[in-house]
Amino acid sequence: MTALQRLFRFHGGVKPAYNKEASTGLPIAVAPTSELLVIPLHQSIGGMPRPLVTAGEHVLKGQRIGGADGNVSSAVHASTSGTVVAVEMRLMPHTSGLSALCVVLEPDGRDEWIPRQPFDFRSATPTQTRDYLRDAGVVGLGGAVFPSYLKISPGKQGKLDTLVLNGAECEPFITCDDVLMRERAGNILKGVAIMREMLDAGQVLIGIEDNKPEAIAAMEVAARDANRTAGDSTIKVVRVPTRYPAGGAKQLIRVLTGIEVPHGKRSTDYGVQCFNVGTAYAIYEAIALGQPLISRIVTVAGNVSRARNYEVLFGTPMRDLVALCGPLPDSDRVIMGGPMMGLLMPDDSVPVVKAANCILVGSKSLFPAPPPEMPCIRCGDCAKACPADLQPFEMYWFSRAKIFGKAQEYHLFDCIECGCCAYVCPSHIPLVDYYRFAKSEIWARELVKEAADVARERYEFRLLREEREKQEKSAKLAARTVAARAKAAAALADAEKPAATPEQEAKKALIAAALERTRTQKELVHPENTGNLTPEQQAVVSTIEARRAEIREMAKAHLRQDD
Amino acid sequence: MLAAILVMALGAVVLGAALGYAAVQFRVEGDPLVEKIDAILPQTQCGQCGFAGCKPYAQAIAKGAAEINQCPPGGDEGIHKLADLLGREFKSLSAEHGIEKPKSVAVIDEQACIGCTLCIQACPVDAIVGAAKQLHTVIARQCTGCELCLPPCPVNCISMQPIGESVETWKWKYPVFKITPAQREAA
Amino acid sequence: MNNSPYFLKPASVQSVMLRVLVALLPGIAAYVWFFGAAILLQIALASIAALAAEALMLALRGKPVMLFLSDGSALVTAWLIALSFPSIAPWWLTVLGALLAIVVAKHLYGGLGQNPFNPAMVAFALVIVAYPQLMSQWPAAGATDFAGQWQAIFGTRQIDAITMATPLDALRTALHTIEAKTSVAGVMGSNPAIGSLGGKGWEWVAAGYLLGGLWLLQQRIITWHMPTAFLAALFAIAGIFSLIDSTQFAGPLFHIFTGGAMLGAFFIVTDPVSGATTPKGKLIFAAGVAVLTWIIRSFGAYPDGIAFAVLLMNIAAPLIDMYTQPPVFGHKDKPGDSR
Repeated sequence: MTALQRLFRFHGGVKPAYNKEASTGLPIAVAPTSELLVIPLHQSIGGMPRPLVTAGEHVLKGQRIGGADGNVSSAVHASTSGTVVAVEMRLMPHTSGLSALCVVLEPDGRDEWIPRQPFDFRSATPTQTRDYLRDAGVVGLGGAVFPSYLKISPGKQGKLDTLVLNGAECEPFITCDDVLMRERAGNILKGVAIMREMLDAGQVLIGIEDNKPEAIAAMEVAARDANRTAGDSTIKVVRVPTRYPAGGAKQLIRVLTGIEVPHGKRSTDYGVQCFNVGTAYAIYEAIALGQPLISRIVTVAGNVSRARNYEVLFGTPMRDLVALCGPLPDSDRVIMGGPMMGLLMPDDSVPVVKAANCILVGSKSLFPAPPPEMPCIRCGDCAKACPADLQPFEMYWFSRAKIFGKAQEYHLFDCIECGCCAYVCPSHIPLVDYYRFAKSEIWARELVKEAADVARERYEFRLLREEREKQEKSAKLAARTVAARAKAAAALADAEKPAATPEQEAKKALIAAALERTRTQKELVHPENTGNLTPEQQAVVSTIEARRAEIREMAKAHLRQDD
Repeated sequence: MLAAILVMALGAVVLGAALGYAAVQFRVEGDPLVEKIDAILPQTQCGQCGFAGCKPYAQAIAKGAAEINQCPPGGDEGIHKLADLLGREFKSLSAEHGIEKPKSVAVIDEQACIGCTLCIQACPVDAIVGAAKQLHTVIARQCTGCELCLPPCPVNCISMQPIGESVETWKWKYPVFKITPAQREAA
Repeated sequence: MNNSPYFLKPASVQSVMLRVLVALLPGIAAYVWFFGAAILLQIALASIAALAAEALMLALRGKPVMLFLSDGSALVTAWLIALSFPSIAPWWLTVLGALLAIVVAKHLYGGLGQNPFNPAMVAFALVIVAYPQLMSQWPAAGATDFAGQWQAIFGTRQIDAITMATPLDALRTALHTIEAKTSVAGVMGSNPAIGSLGGKGWEWVAAGYLLGGLWLLQQRIITWHMPTAFLAALFAIAGIFSLIDSTQFAGPLFHIFTGGAMLGAFFIVTDPVSGATTPKGKLIFAAGVAVLTWIIRSFGAYPDGIAFAVLLMNIAAPLIDMYTQPPVFGHKDKPGDSR
């Protein structure tokens, strides 16, 4: 009994070949534990967690090995018990081919859990609940890996109108949510009930695309049970028309509630919050069972003979899973995600992380190389297909010309990179490549600009500082000179001034007596018996005096030279 | 005839008055062009352009006393931006002012540093910490790669390390590739 | 190796262009029926000239020749030129038109996707201004003597027996140049060129284009905005003025079914490269072309004003696009513009 719910439509969208039947024939299998698990520390949006273990340590299953660092960060845990071989840089599951810090774990085969107990969120404060979920490593499992603890608070209003659960799973090949809903609907709904309480949501709408009838049936049964337990009927399973990308969070919110959440605004401002059904399951495990997030369901499909869904421990190398499914001989690439939005992996040895909802094995026959890129003829097919109501061809023209200001005016950052535009383009232009390029280029330029602004400030401050030092120095020098001169002037003035006190009088008398003594001594040393001389005697005396003066001068000059 | 002269004179008077009024009313303090040019320059403060920093170079460009192609850290892209802003012709980077090098930061070999503070005095953005007879080190985040600290160091312990690609700095490549005839034949 | 998306719809520029050519066929069939097989010669001439010119320009520009030649855009331009020019025009006129369109209007601006003006209309405008006499010699309905037409195209031009003014031309001449006070009704009744709706034979050609255009709509190659806006605006303005003064202004149905109106509505105005691209913009663009066409037809120096109207609106197309940007997801209460 699906609720009769008014549904809305989103603009655009495409209907690619879905290829989902191959992997839903068999139930979820637990993937065997690999010989070595390489667990990257940075598995969510936000800051990189700091490693809490070192090489040689023994860890238990579920033990925290990476601590959340910063406001937006989520912890990482050991997927099984074993010994930490190393904490080192390893190839990470990203197109760039760069490495990131990983904890390399060698399982000991015992699979020993840490002691687990349920978390009583009802008696905990909201902060405690958030911290618990943060340290349990629960992140969005739809692919965006946004730390869930930041979304579990009800926003400014204090309560939520609608909690949306995303079971749409619109991308071709991916069926992990489908089988999760088929097999574990009960626990998903238990998680939903927990989330509903935490968020104080008025109603819960679980959106599932109508190409998943078994999942819808299973979830309806579980929803009915959940409603009965709660004593109301707030949880509804809603059948959503199959159209890619109906599983986009904003698109699903639009379809179920008619609300369009603009880019840059939080959906809680509009009374809605959206979570993936896999995240609900993880929240159930974390809160009700005390189990941190250490595994997820992964679809392995594509160019394999036995496509299937597996429950995989994080850190499992992708090639181990691919080997289980019998890859065909012409397989030449591994894609993390689906064919519309997936990322090409640099190597198949990269580990499975929280964002890996699907491992798609590709080949030239399954994904033929696109025909050569022709010029854009402005036909507008891309604008007709865009679910975000953008003008992709305008963004393309400006991204290609590297005129990033104009590209942003055409709302480049509203693009969800779903690939609908590139799918329909008759000129086979890889449009999403241009947008990814433009976005990363804009971010890089912003970083450069910020650094340049800081450098300019520091430079100007340095100039200011030098100026200030110079001024201080010259001011000091000036002050010292002034002080010295003042002192000298003061001493002189002292000598000229009439004595003011008896001590100065006595001093002055002493000075005067001393001066008198020196004068009389001079007189004695130089007797004046040369008075009353005859002119001839006077002339002789003068010449002798002159000669003496010369010699004195010569002696002085000699002394000066020696100096 | 007289009417024509009167009309022209009246027009001149009215327009002159309007211009005069505008010159006073809408006067802009300072030279905003210098700020705009300075915003484009990379703020490395290296002096390779021949001026004492980025601001003096910006002032010289605004005055017309310098060419726009004298800044190696800005590279060709910076010259293009200046050309667009000023409406001048693009000229490729002038070789006598230096070549565009990949972004690097200075690194002090701590074993060799003697604590002479000469590099600290040379750094235009105060990115080196240290004191006399104490170890000096470069704050990598603040270093602009200007290389002004390399000459003063008496023991040559500073080297320039190019900034490698990291997760934070990785960018998607420009999706346009030049097709050469050889590739076309192979395709 | 390429990046996502790895699934692509089987669409191509070539399939779009080929379907446009197929949509022109009903109109061409009517043309041949009423005015003889000369038009087929012209189409062949224009196609060969256009393809040769395109190949030459691509080689000069260093682009992969076969890849671009096979996309069919040059052929579409060529066929539109052949259909806009008189079918008994000298062979070199058509070839000149094709060359002007491909070399000047298309490749000198950057090739496929880069031309701000509609290439076929540029060719038409340039040629009619340079050779107005030759461009006013149109075939007479029923005069399907192929030998005579061949002679007209390739040999000496003794064409009086096989030409006749177009209905629009006849109307204009009658209303504007003859001293006697004729009226539209008078012209319509007496002139042998004018059939029941838009001109003997010409109305059937227009009907053929309408059929082809409707098929293009069904194939989703064009959207409803441009043809509907064009025809409605033309109908409206012609209707209003013919109500005001029916002696001087021809009726709306006449305007829609004569001249290049139908061809323009579905094939020329809808050129994606040079026209507006937003839904509202398309409406404004097409309506603008219609109004300008009517004005040029009624008051202008040329009998049919589609080409000039299209070129004038091509100038305005980027501005129209800028001001009619549809609101983006999440901003629908205030329509967004990209200023």
